[in-house]
Amino acid sequence: MSHTKNTIAHADAAAVFNKDEARVNWHDKTLWFIREKRDKISHSIDEWEQLREYASQIKNNVLSNLSEYLQQFEANAITNGITVHWAADAAEHNAIVHRILKQHNIDRMVKSKSMLTEECGLNEYLEASGIEVIDTDLGERIVQLAAEPPSHIVLPCIHKKKEEIGELFHEHLGTEKGASDPEYLTAAARQHLRETFLTRRAALTGVNFAVAETGEFVVCTNEGNADMGAHLADVHIACMGIEKIIPQQQHLSVFLRLLARSATGQPITTYSSHFKKPQPQQQMHIVLVDNGRSIHLGKEDFRNALKCIRCGACMNTCPVYRRSGGHSYHNAVAGPIGSILTPNMDMKKNADLPFASTLCGSCTNVCPVKIDIHDQLYKWRQVIVQEGYAPTAKKASMNVMGWVLSSPKIYDMAGKAARWTLRNTPFVVNNKLNPWFKEREMPAAPKQSFKEWYKTNRKIHE
Amino acid sequence: MNVALFIPCYIDQFYPQVAIATLQLLEKFGCKVSYPLKQTCCGQPMANSGFEHLSTACNELFVENFSGYDYIVSPSGSCTLHIKEHLHTARHTQAEEQIRTQVYELTEFLVDVLKVQTLQAKFPYKVGMHQSCHGQRGLHLSQMTELNAAPFSKPGSLLNMVEGLELVTLDRPDECCGFGGTFCVTEEAVSAKMGKDRVADHVTHKADYITAADMSCLMHLEGILKRQKSATKIIHIAEILNAG
Ligand code: SF4
Repeated sequence: MSHTKNTIAHADAAAVFNKDEARVNWHDKTLWFIREKRDKISHSIDEWEQLREYASQIKNNVLSNLSEYLQQFEANAITNGITVHWAADAAEHNAIVHRILKQHNIDRMVKSKSMLTEECGLNEYLEASGIEVIDTDLGERIVQLAAEPPSHIVLPCIHKKKEEIGELFHEHLGTEKGASDPEYLTAAARQHLRETFLTRRAALTGVNFAVAETGEFVVCTNEGNADMGAHLADVHIACMGIEKIIPQQQHLSVFLRLLARSATGQPITTYSSHFKKPQPQQQMHIVLVDNGRSIHLGKEDFRNALKCIRCGACMNTCPVYRRSGGHSYHNAVAGPIGSILTPNMDMKKNADLPFASTLCGSCTNVCPVKIDIHDQLYKWRQVIVQEGYAPTAKKASMNVMGWVLSSPKIYDMAGKAARWTLRNTPFVVNNKLNPWFKEREMPAAPKQSFKEWYKTNRKIHE
Repeated sequence: MNVALFIPCYIDQFYPQVAIATLQLLEKFGCKVSYPLKQTCCGQPMANSGFEHLSTACNELFVENFSGYDYIVSPSGSCTLHIKEHLHTARHTQAEEQIRTQVYELTEFLVDVLKVQTLQAKFPYKVGMHQSCHGQRGLHLSQMTELNAAPFSKPGSLLNMVEGLELVTLDRPDECCGFGGTFCVTEEAVSAKMGKDRVADHVTHKADYITAADMSCLMHLEGILKRQKSATKIIHIAEILNAG
């Protein structure tokens, strides 16, 4: 992610985030509220678990036949009058978008929500080439004004309090100083964006679902900003990761029901817009982006992470995400799903992320497409260690542990020594060097282990 | 029935009373219980840190120790789950496969195998039940809030058989406590914060005791309670079921 030049490890960023405990509490509660909304609405649908199973199976089918569906989609989209582009990686994606804009002499563009363009660092790339990009999703616009990356894939500015947004708007949009009423601020943003919409000739949107059988694509928003941008512009560019394909239109009946309920606890997104062919006098482009996805597809243990529909439910439920904030994951896609996607892109840079979890498994069980997220976190840990990205100190201590635990005699001695130390020289462990001790007391050390008790209290059969 | 007692290393060393309660409880229900003396650990601390490959010798030792019993019972959901999912050695394929199906966490053994309907236990306190994630989402000891599925709780049903015990309702009945093995030190800040939040939920609802089917979660929560000089204490579920 181009926003973060020097990557700070998750644990260190999280420690900084936790310096302001009141803020952590606020962040945790805000996201937990969304998790509860999701619970309520999903529990009110009898066939919820069945829907998850359908969605999972449809996506499995997609991943097994991805190349065919992509070609089918391409052929149908071309028939519909859409220009189709293929990008192998982020650089090619950015170059394609740039080329289309240049062809039309366009130097200002509106963009609705697209995690893919965040992944590719499109904004920075275009800005460096003298093209102004205005994010029209309110949350995206807020982080854009703050010159920060989004911290959540569905709620990009969830880390910002309304007072901070008020301050930002005062500075950039001239709202009243100290005003933080969400309605007032939203109205101000709308006004500002309306002018932008009217003067921009190009609009970029993301894609939630692309239907192979019809060559259409669906964009889900709550603000209608994707439609507004696309309908007013001469050129509509839609960018999508190649895994966003679904086979048939009827499958939308599964995914649209799952997406908004999982994301925000709404029955459906306010706008689910279907784009099939350009309007007269308009050009419509679609950019299909690989950027590591086909490599990911080849990794059997990890491929089904590509089923993700980017609902964000795994983030809202993640107890670690809620208490460390999206930026601590140093990638466009944060949280549990980010932690299983990003090691595929850059294992060294993202080696910390699969360890930023307790493997509690909540993510796996809220995921509407049933990705085995926590099992993949476990598997990534094994791969990362095997590939040599574990810290040396950890390697050494693990070797010792493996040795101690494989020998009953040494284990007995080590246990005795540890208990003796805790009882007689507690200062050896109760100090600043022991992270446990910072906010927790060590357990009391009994004189006798269970094994010792057992030997004296039960007849030994061996 | 021949039951082998599998006592996780940290219970053996730091919480022997939990192992004793487990042993006595199983004996009360007529099990012939043995404790294989050469046991050490399930290998989870290494495997969860990404060093599964270093746990081979530990796994072999486990298979040596626990072959030939009808059941293997452990007062830890987490260690039980680890054995069920990750006990693999190069040599003992047949034996290890059997062990993976024979290993039970204590409360699921009491409910599913022994089909316990009544208990003689007495524990006149307000108790908060902490669901350990591995026990709950891994072994399905109780239903999780994430799923749209009928609620049940094996440890909860046992606690309801205890005379005088009052279970408190929590705001977040199954949020992780933040222990997470080595996570508790590698991600110290988040781990401690998660623990503090979990403790607060129980304390707000006036629990005298926090109980769980996993001592590792409780060790972490105890560390926080003691630092806060809280009046709320921790107790393993085996100790409650064996009380009175
Ligand atoms: S992994 Fe699942 S829960 Fe997480 S964003 Fe993707 S679809 Fe949603």
